[in-house]
Amino acid sequence: MDSREAILERVRAGLGRKLGQKPLPPPEPLLRIDTLGASGRLELFRRKLMGTLTVAADAAVAGRAVADLLNGREAVASGHPFLERCGIRSMARVFTDPAELRNACATAGVGITSAYCLLAETGTIVLRATPEEPRLPSLLPPVHIAVVPEERLLTNLDEMLSMTPRPVDDASAMVLISGPSRTGDIEQFLVRGVHGPGEIHVVIVQGKHRDS
Amino acid sequence: MRVPEAAIRKTLADANLQLAIYTNTGRFKENRSKAVAAEVLPEYQELRTRAAAIKRHTLDFLDVYLLQFESAVEAHGGKVIWASTGEEAADFILKLAKERAASLIVKSKSMTSEEIDLNERLAHHELEAVETDLGEYILQLAGQKPFHIVAPAIHMTRNDVADVFTEKLGIERDTVIENQAMTARRVLREKFLAAGIGVTGANFLAADAGAVVIVENEGNARLSHSAPPVHVAIAGIEKLIPRVRDLGVFLDLLGRSASGQALTSYTSIVSGPKRAGELDGPEEFYVVLLDAGRTKLLADKEKRESLQCIRCGACLNACPVYRKIGGHNYPWVYSGPIGKVITPQFQGRGKDPWLPFASSLCGACAEVCPVKIDIPGLLLQLRREAVAADPADRLLFRAWAWLMTRPAMYGMLARIGLRFSGVEMGPLAAWRAERDFPAVPEKSFRALWKERKK
Repeated sequence: MDSREAILERVRAGLGRKLGQKPLPPPEPLLRIDTLGASGRLELFRRKLMGTLTVAADAAVAGRAVADLLNGREAVASGHPFLERCGIRSMARVFTDPAELRNACATAGVGITSAYCLLAETGTIVLRATPEEPRLPSLLPPVHIAVVPEERLLTNLDEMLSMTPRPVDDASAMVLISGPSRTGDIEQFLVRGVHGPGEIHVVIVQGKHRDS
Repeated sequence: MRVPEAAIRKTLADANLQLAIYTNTGRFKENRSKAVAAEVLPEYQELRTRAAAIKRHTLDFLDVYLLQFESAVEAHGGKVIWASTGEEAADFILKLAKERAASLIVKSKSMTSEEIDLNERLAHHELEAVETDLGEYILQLAGQKPFHIVAPAIHMTRNDVADVFTEKLGIERDTVIENQAMTARRVLREKFLAAGIGVTGANFLAADAGAVVIVENEGNARLSHSAPPVHVAIAGIEKLIPRVRDLGVFLDLLGRSASGQALTSYTSIVSGPKRAGELDGPEEFYVVLLDAGRTKLLADKEKRESLQCIRCGACLNACPVYRKIGGHNYPWVYSGPIGKVITPQFQGRGKDPWLPFASSLCGACAEVCPVKIDIPGLLLQLRREAVAADPADRLLFRAWAWLMTRPAMYGMLARIGLRFSGVEMGPLAAWRAERDFPAVPEKSFRALWKERKK
């Protein structure tokens, strides 16, 4: 008997269950959803975000805000269409070549992404790994900038889970980023940027967006 | 009973270590209480109840969820490896490393891998497996085991770290904590980019999505599952939960219980290797499902709940015993109250029979447990089993029972016993040295009762 069968057999024997015996339905999780209005969400997100927040009136303003944040530094941008729309992918010193992605992420000072959504209650940026939104731009560079349409700002994780109960069926990974990379492993002394970005900037873009 | 008395005395006498344990666990404790306070999280008790119920349900129907998890992983192009023992799990990684010609493996923090001595097994075959969590990295260089489930190096100071880095990395001695962290970033970043395999643990396995959920603050787990071409997640079979959306309950509890964080910096939900068109991410994805004693616990209906543990470490921080003796005086990788419960069950009662007795049963652990494991109750049960298994204890209790059913005999022996209660000799002397015996009354309760009845 191989280990698969052996383990399953031990599990069934231990539980006193037979092969193919149906389970009871699982208990429901408690999802806490206090839906705030748009301005309430924005205020809460501003308070909880461990980084800077810029609210831009439209895509062009958002592009200029990102240029200010970059201040001439080399950056790598994901292929998300919303970044294109904000004019970020065509900026000088912003790398977008998919073939060079890994190297660019390893050397650039800043990584720019959009986001699947933002969560106000925990100041969280939610990213999904897709062809347009690779994993490394938000991970390897020491600074992460996320440029996100305002309609993507949700109240909390539970709201996201009730809207999208199966968020990784059509993406190979999802990551919730709720602050800079941090460690307290030596004397509980907080150090930022130990492995991932130590600095986070979010640009929320208001108005209706066709490509978001 | 082989209580490591000398080692415990050494820990108690080490003032710096005592201070480190006390302040670090104290801060965790305080942060936790603030994060679950009724003003901040009014649903806390209800969340605990749901979390416990969901975990219990998953364990009760584990065969179904294991199979559901396996087919979901396979549907996304990953593979599930079933390992009855730690050796099998290590053998799989060894074989994979050989086939992929990977000589360097990066690892993010995993208590399960500690449990099966994965690094030692890999090193034995000249594979370099590098721990990448800062605390774990320091411990690996220093050749030590984790001191705490969540914060593995809380017993070390910046001076200790400086010594280890100078000796093992050949760099100039530096006691500035920021610089030490940046040294680790520099050294480990190269490893991440060069590694052939990334090994992670898993905080949860979501059966509906075939997804591995990993919670962390540093980003080393993200790097481990994003940068190398192969990702292997290793997890005990008890890590399953039915659905991704159950995370709405578990993530509310895990970070708050562990460190007082509503959410840690990073939560990864990984459902497979990179898909068509993706520019980065691993080409291969494996989940090693480990038994290594867990099915034995599952079969014990009364103690099954110890498999509900989500390894938050809150019971360690709350425990008056852990807070004095620290993590290294427990015999296995799991320390503190939950360690006392699962170590004898995994390793056999006979190995460290004193363990369930090293508790005042104060109940602080049960009070903070986010999945409501009745740790004191389980300890009592383990004590009962230990006593029942010990022939001398069994004889003593049988004699006691015999005596208790014979009042005349009991009364006579009690009168004799009381006459000698002032004597200080044998084991009684040690006990008496720190305690006053209550004064013996002139008449026993039984004598008074007899008089009253007349």
